[in-house]
Amino acid sequence: MASPPPLPSSTSVLSSASSLADSLFQRSLDDLIKSLRSDPSSEPSIIARSLSEIRREIRSSDPLTKSIALQKLTYLSSLHFHSMSFAAFHTLELLPSPSPQTKRLAYLAASLSFHPSTTELLPLATHQLHKDLTSLSTSSSSSFPFLPSLPLHLLSLASSADLSSHLAPDLVPLLSRSSPLQPKAVAATYRVLSLCPSTVPVLFKPLVDCLSSDNPLTVSAAVGAFCELSAPPNDPAPYLPLAPEIYRVLVNSRSNWTLIKALKIFSRLVPLEPRLGTRIVEPLSKFLRESQAKSLVLECIKTVVSCLPTHTEAMRLAIDKIKELLSSDDDPNLRYLGLQTLGMLAPGHLWALEESREVVAQSLTDPDRSICHEALRVMMAMTLQENSIESCTLLVRQAAKSDPEFANEILDSVLTSCSKDFYELVVDFDWYVSLLGEMARIVHCTKGDEISRQLVDIGLRVRDARPELVRVARELLIDPSLLGNHFLYNVLSAAAWISGEYVEFSKDPMELVEALLQPRTSLLPTSARAVYIQSVLKVLTFSCNSHIDESSSLVNDTVIARMLSLIEMTVGPLAESEEAEVEDRVRNLLGVVRLVANIKDLSVDKDKDGMIYEVVRVMDALFSDEMGPVSANAQKKVSVPEDLDLKDNLADLSEFISDNDAAMSRSNPSILFYPQSCNASEEVEVGPTSVAESTSLKEHRKRHGLYYLSTDKETTEPELTEDYPRVNETLPPSNGDTTRRVKVTKLRPTVVKLDEGEDLATSSSLSTKVEAMKDDPLSGAIKDVLLGKNGNGASSSFDASSSSQGKGKDKVKGKEIKSKKGEEGESKDRHKGRRKHKHRKEPAPPVSVAQETPVIQDFLL
Amino acid sequence: MIHFVILINRQGKVRLTKWYSTYSQKERSKVLKELSGMVLSRGPKLCNFIDWKGYKIVYRRYASLYFCMCIDKEDNELEVLEIIHHFVEILDRYFGSVCELDLIFNFHKAYYILDEVLIAGELQEPSKKTIARLIAAQDSLVETAKEQAGSISNIISQATK
Repeated sequence: MASPPPLPSSTSVLSSASSLADSLFQRSLDDLIKSLRSDPSSEPSIIARSLSEIRREIRSSDPLTKSIALQKLTYLSSLHFHSMSFAAFHTLELLPSPSPQTKRLAYLAASLSFHPSTTELLPLATHQLHKDLTSLSTSSSSSFPFLPSLPLHLLSLASSADLSSHLAPDLVPLLSRSSPLQPKAVAATYRVLSLCPSTVPVLFKPLVDCLSSDNPLTVSAAVGAFCELSAPPNDPAPYLPLAPEIYRVLVNSRSNWTLIKALKIFSRLVPLEPRLGTRIVEPLSKFLRESQAKSLVLECIKTVVSCLPTHTEAMRLAIDKIKELLSSDDDPNLRYLGLQTLGMLAPGHLWALEESREVVAQSLTDPDRSICHEALRVMMAMTLQENSIESCTLLVRQAAKSDPEFANEILDSVLTSCSKDFYELVVDFDWYVSLLGEMARIVHCTKGDEISRQLVDIGLRVRDARPELVRVARELLIDPSLLGNHFLYNVLSAAAWISGEYVEFSKDPMELVEALLQPRTSLLPTSARAVYIQSVLKVLTFSCNSHIDESSSLVNDTVIARMLSLIEMTVGPLAESEEAEVEDRVRNLLGVVRLVANIKDLSVDKDKDGMIYEVVRVMDALFSDEMGPVSANAQKKVSVPEDLDLKDNLADLSEFISDNDAAMSRSNPSILFYPQSCNASEEVEVGPTSVAESTSLKEHRKRHGLYYLSTDKETTEPELTEDYPRVNETLPPSNGDTTRRVKVTKLRPTVVKLDEGEDLATSSSLSTKVEAMKDDPLSGAIKDVLLGKNGNGASSSFDASSSSQGKGKDKVKGKEIKSKKGEEGESKDRHKGRRKHKHRKEPAPPVSVAQETPVIQDFLL
Repeated sequence: MIHFVILINRQGKVRLTKWYSTYSQKERSKVLKELSGMVLSRGPKLCNFIDWKGYKIVYRRYASLYFCMCIDKEDNELEVLEIIHHFVEILDRYFGSVCELDLIFNFHKAYYILDEVLIAGELQEPSKKTIARLIAAQDSLVETAKEQAGSISNIISQATK
């Protein structure tokens, strides 16, 4: 137990009166804790009081008082998250204290609270850290042999680039000497290296030597360091020459921790150098078969599955182990991990997934949320064209039974995977459309937007699915209970649009009109109502037309008369509506109704009233053009006429635009207009009040403009006037210039796809990421060091196996070629959306990867 | 690597936090709130891994305390579970049947021990005996230094400075 601090000695009498009071009556940490625990309700006030006390006490000159104050502050900061930055200077003052107790306290406080981002006083600690780091070599510190461990901790946690570069030389002796501090020094070194690549020449070689040290702890730490250094988003390619060393560690080491780390490194190196794969298969299989430690087995499985898909025997072992994991009923951890690794098998070895389909389906219903997620992921990975129907039906059924969050997740994954690649997975669109309708009815569904988008999209692209669409839409419209659900109004407006657009497939127009005009539609928002009214107009037109043509048996006199009267009755009052959308369309509708009001008399005398005929024919012609999907790049394809002078920016217009014109200035006060040329972004002049982009992004855009996605602005017409909220039906008619590529598959209905423009997004984002990867200063520096080493050849103390010499030479060349491929492979990892918020590196100018003349560093010889 | 270590008790009070990546104070309290919500609401039979914002949280409950560690997506979860257990065993050995109260009052000691077990987010010392020895050595050093400071001769020399 911690002993209470000694009573302040008489030395304090000599200090000034205020600090006397401070030190005599200072509360210790124990007192603070006890007071906090005794009265939980007044915690904030106790904390506030202590903080003010601490602020006073910490300024005293007596080191003891200071250290106790610091101790309390550390406690408060660490557990109650108060900022400690005001005490930074005092912490620094206490760092050189001779008393180990105080020193430890001060270092602890420093490592918990210092950081380059929170305090600028870090450089002041340099000298003290230097002294402490080198204290082993001076004789005075024999009483405290572990002294350097304190600054090592501080370095590893709170270092900045400057501090690292100053203190790097001090780390070298600690790294080379075999002492209990060596592992700590290794850990600090790796942090220093990643913060400050310029220290690489100094620190890298000692670090590599640690790999071959006698102390197993050091080896373990060194392997761990390389594992972290080569972790994505860093580039693992520079560490390839270390592979033989790490292989030796893999084979010889007994410690599971070390083995796991070594395996991780290999899993990153094998994609770059497949021959490594053949070498490690043996030890891996041995571990898989014999090891008792589940963690090691897990790591082996992961390595085999991700890097060695071609070695059938190892794969078979791994898959057996996975099945074992999956079947452990009593340990949910193992089941979770089994599912996770099963998911990793996905693209290549679907047969293994198929074998475990039952287990996966069962896991979907597991009470454990994490397991359900994994099971969902595996299910989605298993879905192909052949089994998509069963999988999706199963999933949607499951969604209906689950809690809201998981249900929405399931729906989301089903929707995204089915709509990928223009509905690649869907063979039977009728089934899919009815599935969409079912999804909309699921109680907690919040995916209305996506469902409605897909409904309309399918309607536009897949002609054969339209009858089924209309049927589904009719069901959705008729049901009055859906009108109250505000998540669904998108779906309902999509359904209304579909019914209106493809009314020729519907069986009973009267029913549609009734459904569209039912009283509960007043619950819908304006945009949806507008769509409803417009659909009524379309249905009416169609009905009138078919009445005149007498083509449909459903539409006769009475029907038309009823329709007209119903419309007038329900829609009439809306003519006074305050919403411009609704009012506009209502008036249109009423106008048409009045024009054809006498249509019921037509059956008597057909040739009379040519006007009604005219009206009906014109209206029908209006709505009979088929609308197709428009590519996102449609606007680009229109070539700018020669004599048209487009101003670079329309900022002049801003004086005409007031704040009330919210439509245009909604997100961006200035108006950007990109001229129609390939290098569009290089000629962009951003308006003076642009708030959209920061300067670095602008510069990046200018440099790599070719790879940027087309922004929305590029597809709008020059007249930015009609910008009210988009209603589903106002898709502009397709441009004559767009090329249509119709994909024909055997049993599948045709899905209209446009030019490749719509897929441009994915490929361009891949290439930007590859560019960014190459600009890594750390890997560049390491490549320099190691290439210098390899180019020499003689200094390599690699394993004496016969192939390694040849491998060494090949690696240098192979590395350069394969590092590019490796970067492509790494970008796939990027896509998993990993976020790392440590160590932001600024993109340096690209390092030339192929160095033909390596610089031979003297100290490496 | 391990990004942070947090110890929370069943009522949601924090007993120890150690951060191996940069988090501002505000971020820290936010993370803590989210974490306590997630971990405390899990039932006993569920698995010990949670997916969170692209990272994984591995947690384990010992008596009234939840030991949580946050790792990257590709790290080995079982290994981290073992690290947690390792740390708990060391605490147990040091304090002798450790309970939450020990950690509350020996806040700094817990930190020193954690610093011996983990450094820079990685496991440092897999042997419990060594760590126990190290910490004992450090403790004895501190004790002797304190004794020296408290000795009469020292007081006299301080007074006459």
